[in-house]
Amino acid sequence: MIRETDRHFKFDWLTILLFFALVFFGLINIASASQNGEVINWMDFSKSYTKQLVFIVFSIGLIILLLSVESKFYERFSSIIYVVSMLSLVGLFIFGKNVNGATSWYGIGGMTLQPSEFAKAATALAVAKFLSDLNTDIKQLKYQILSAVILVIPALLIVLQKDAGSALVYGAFAFVLYREGLPHMYLHIIVLTVISAIVSLKFGVVIASILVTLIIFLKFFFFSRRKKVRYKLVKFLGLSILFSALALSVNYTFSNLLPPHQKDRITIWLSLEKDPVKLERMKKLEAYNLNESEKAISSGGFTGKGYLDGTRTTGNFVPEQHTDYIFSTVGEEWGFIGSSAVVIVFVLLMVRVLILAERQKNTFSRVYGYSVASILFFHFLINIGMVMGLIPTIGIPLPLFSYGGSGLWGFTILLFIFIKLDSNRINEW
Amino acid sequence: MRKLLLISSIILVGIIFIGRLFYLQIVKSSTNSILEDNAIRKVYEYPKRGYVYDRNGKLLVSNQPTYDVMVIPREVKPLDTLEFCSLLKITKEQFINRYKKAKTYSPRLPSVLVSQLAKEDYAFLQEKMRKYEGFFIQQRALRQYETTIGANVLGDIGEVNDRDINKDEYYRRGDLIGRQGVEKTYEAILRGRKGVKYIQKDRFNRTIGSFKNGKYDTLPQPGKDITITIDSKLQAYGELLMENKRGGIIALEPSSGEILAMVTAPSYNPNDLVGRKRSKNFNKLYLDSIAKPLFNRSLQGVYEPGSPFKLMNALVGLQEEVISPNETVTCYTGYKYSGRFMKCHCHYGARNDMVKGIQESCNAYFATVYRRILDKNGSATDGINTWQKHVKSFGLGNYLNNDLAVGQKGLIPDRAYYKRSFPNSFYSSNTISNAIGQGEIQTTPIQLANMVAAIANRGYYFTPHIVKNIKDETIPEKFTTPKYTTIDKKNFEPVIEGMYEVYKKGTAKYVQVDDIEICGKTGTVENFFKINDSTRVQLTDHSIFVAFAPKENPKIALAVFVENGYFGSRFAGKIASLMIEQYVKGTITRTDLEDWILTHSLENEYAKPYSGEPFKINRETQYQVIEKSPRVIKKLKAIREDD
Repeated sequence: MIRETDRHFKFDWLTILLFFALVFFGLINIASASQNGEVINWMDFSKSYTKQLVFIVFSIGLIILLLSVESKFYERFSSIIYVVSMLSLVGLFIFGKNVNGATSWYGIGGMTLQPSEFAKAATALAVAKFLSDLNTDIKQLKYQILSAVILVIPALLIVLQKDAGSALVYGAFAFVLYREGLPHMYLHIIVLTVISAIVSLKFGVVIASILVTLIIFLKFFFFSRRKKVRYKLVKFLGLSILFSALALSVNYTFSNLLPPHQKDRITIWLSLEKDPVKLERMKKLEAYNLNESEKAISSGGFTGKGYLDGTRTTGNFVPEQHTDYIFSTVGEEWGFIGSSAVVIVFVLLMVRVLILAERQKNTFSRVYGYSVASILFFHFLINIGMVMGLIPTIGIPLPLFSYGGSGLWGFTILLFIFIKLDSNRINEW
Repeated sequence: MRKLLLISSIILVGIIFIGRLFYLQIVKSSTNSILEDNAIRKVYEYPKRGYVYDRNGKLLVSNQPTYDVMVIPREVKPLDTLEFCSLLKITKEQFINRYKKAKTYSPRLPSVLVSQLAKEDYAFLQEKMRKYEGFFIQQRALRQYETTIGANVLGDIGEVNDRDINKDEYYRRGDLIGRQGVEKTYEAILRGRKGVKYIQKDRFNRTIGSFKNGKYDTLPQPGKDITITIDSKLQAYGELLMENKRGGIIALEPSSGEILAMVTAPSYNPNDLVGRKRSKNFNKLYLDSIAKPLFNRSLQGVYEPGSPFKLMNALVGLQEEVISPNETVTCYTGYKYSGRFMKCHCHYGARNDMVKGIQESCNAYFATVYRRILDKNGSATDGINTWQKHVKSFGLGNYLNNDLAVGQKGLIPDRAYYKRSFPNSFYSSNTISNAIGQGEIQTTPIQLANMVAAIANRGYYFTPHIVKNIKDETIPEKFTTPKYTTIDKKNFEPVIEGMYEVYKKGTAKYVQVDDIEICGKTGTVENFFKINDSTRVQLTDHSIFVAFAPKENPKIALAVFVENGYFGSRFAGKIASLMIEQYVKGTITRTDLEDWILTHSLENEYAKPYSGEPFKINRETQYQVIEKSPRVIKKLKAIREDD
């Protein structure tokens, strides 16, 4: 009996507080980003901010529902939830509604639902289930491949619906797998790939090859305790050639295969264009959004222009400002103080989830919690990085903050399943 | 270890983001001024520019409305181009060209299609404008000159350039600013203050609404009217007399320093620099490098003053007590010094006291006085420095710190100036030309007029100025406080007596005017010119004259300068007498002088150095006699009829 009553107070209220802080601060910024110089009217249901308010009300209902379900339910039904979610993605090929070139929505009455937003939680459940299975040993190639399959299915389905940005999120699970014992080698490969790709684009294939070879050389002959030199030599040469080939292929893909708009995004991101005038013009034409969002953030200064007083926000200078570019509204109207605060709240939320995850006694909850933090981190990194011009343009929303029902609900589900799991950890053994 | 990867990545990214925010919002951020925010459109409302009146309340400059036909290319609907072009009085090709240009500039923003329509065209067009969508008429104000005189006094307005914008943040591209004359010096008072409306726009440049309900908007403040010191009738008369001549006239009221007339010749009609024809006419005036109509000779013309400067030497001589008024100096048709000889036109053995010296403009007399001043304490160095201090107290050799748009400093040398020519020993004989106002001394007509005003006032002057009255404001104190010279009052009387005798018996006796006691001094200044910047040739002397009248309670002091006019009394003296009579009496009795001036031109003199043929000067030249044109007669009549 005591256990039953206690349960309600075991929810991690700090996480819930951070969640609502972001959701409501997001809401008032959406209001500013979509006011267009008119007076805010919360009764006008054609306005984005009123809709978002409705979404929040619904998500509170969702929260109550999620928290009242028995926590064992999530573990037991994880496979089914995953399959249903994947089917909902497949269904898009038949019933999907095309919005801005991507067929990622179901149209139900006047509303649209984006199943890919829910697929993240489902995949996280599936990964947690798979890794918590006593038979699973992620150190073995077989299980590595199996877990990759779980991730590739949703990613592939989403890519096929021409929403590449959302598919990239599944890369975030690398953090989860690594935490659960994925060999170091993979981490090294990822880091080396990123280095060789960027260096190859920025400084050319030759320099990239030399650098990669040098790194591998140092790794094998200075930071390795193995003795067999011959074995090392073969591996060293093989890897060096492999990564040099990678550098070459990245460069080739960039120059010859990439669609022009993606090529331009990378050109601008890495400042690959030598002529500053041309680069500036490219920024204006090809990276209009980025250019305007940087200007809006920059114009905010230290304290910002004040709520509803952002002239670039009011004038709709930044397209998609209430969705992907919502952070530029914060930048303009709340300045350095407000935007830093948002960054800090996000960091606190993610760190809190991680700490809770590490506290879990059962593997399922821990893996799931880790997945939640990883997905949040990936969105946070890509979205804010993009809005501030640190990362090439990839269209994904800022979790809990951006306008959109599916996104909000997807993250609500993702996070509150974990809060529920966490609240139950006392009962585990 | 594995546990730390994600958490450290999160914290690292958080720090990088805050660092980036710091860079964007604090390091790179520009100011938050709404004026610089390009999301806010600033719509300016221009106030009425202040009017300009002459000292008698006659309106000189006002405003006239003008109408521009504007086009917003995106809003244009198919139209009857031929009919529209005939209304606008442009050809179809012009229409198409301008339309294309406007479209390239911006399809959404208004551009000027036809600027400054005539009033009649506007009235006709206005009724039909409704038919043409995407076109509208915008009203602007232009300057209107109610007179044809005083171009150099009144000045003009033109569009601001980058320099103006950088210098004063009030101005935006397309604003008008005073360019010359009163328009320039009293720009801040005449222009008023434009009003601003802040309008929030979106990324397509469309208007969303007023920014913060017009909290920061301001209303335009109209420019203030000003009254200038010019007597427009005297100015008109002076300009008429100076036609076909080059030079300048400055007439002052000694008791106030007010500029009664400021003539430069050649000049132009101020209306030529208004509206559509401005740039064409301005270029024509600007590119005339020979006659230089934009060069204000009465303010900027730096000449050797010649004989009128002898008055200064007489005053300094008396003040330094190196000569008394009654002491005589004998002239042997010139003055011998250190083996050289300075010629004079006095008859051999003439004994001149001060009055006579001035009256006959005796070179020997003033050479003697000048050398005595310099040698007073045995050191020419001390002497010339003292001399310079006295001369400069009359405002010579310096900017007068007045309210005129242009000016020149001139030059009154001291010992330091001569360091290069005479590095070691320095004697009074070295600079003997200064005795007769030639040599190194350089002055402008306004400085000479001011010197005469100081003599007329017996020892002080008011800074010459052009502003008489600003609506609701007082004029600066520097114009109403007298500046005292270093010469005692009593020392002026002999000099004034000499100037009076110049008119009665001396070099100007043929230009006397009945019933007015005029005090004056002639000057004839040698001048040299470089043809094609190489050969130095002498041209006919400049004719110069300074005067004030009446002798007691002087009302007018003036300096007249006529380039290549030869004797002081020939051109400058006649003009000075006529100007004085015009101002003091309001009518002209010496119509013989007037006729002579109006029928004699110096254009042939001015053409000589450019003709490429050998020419003669001074005594050997011929007058160029011209007919009084109907235009001149009409102008003369207009000046007379105004009474």
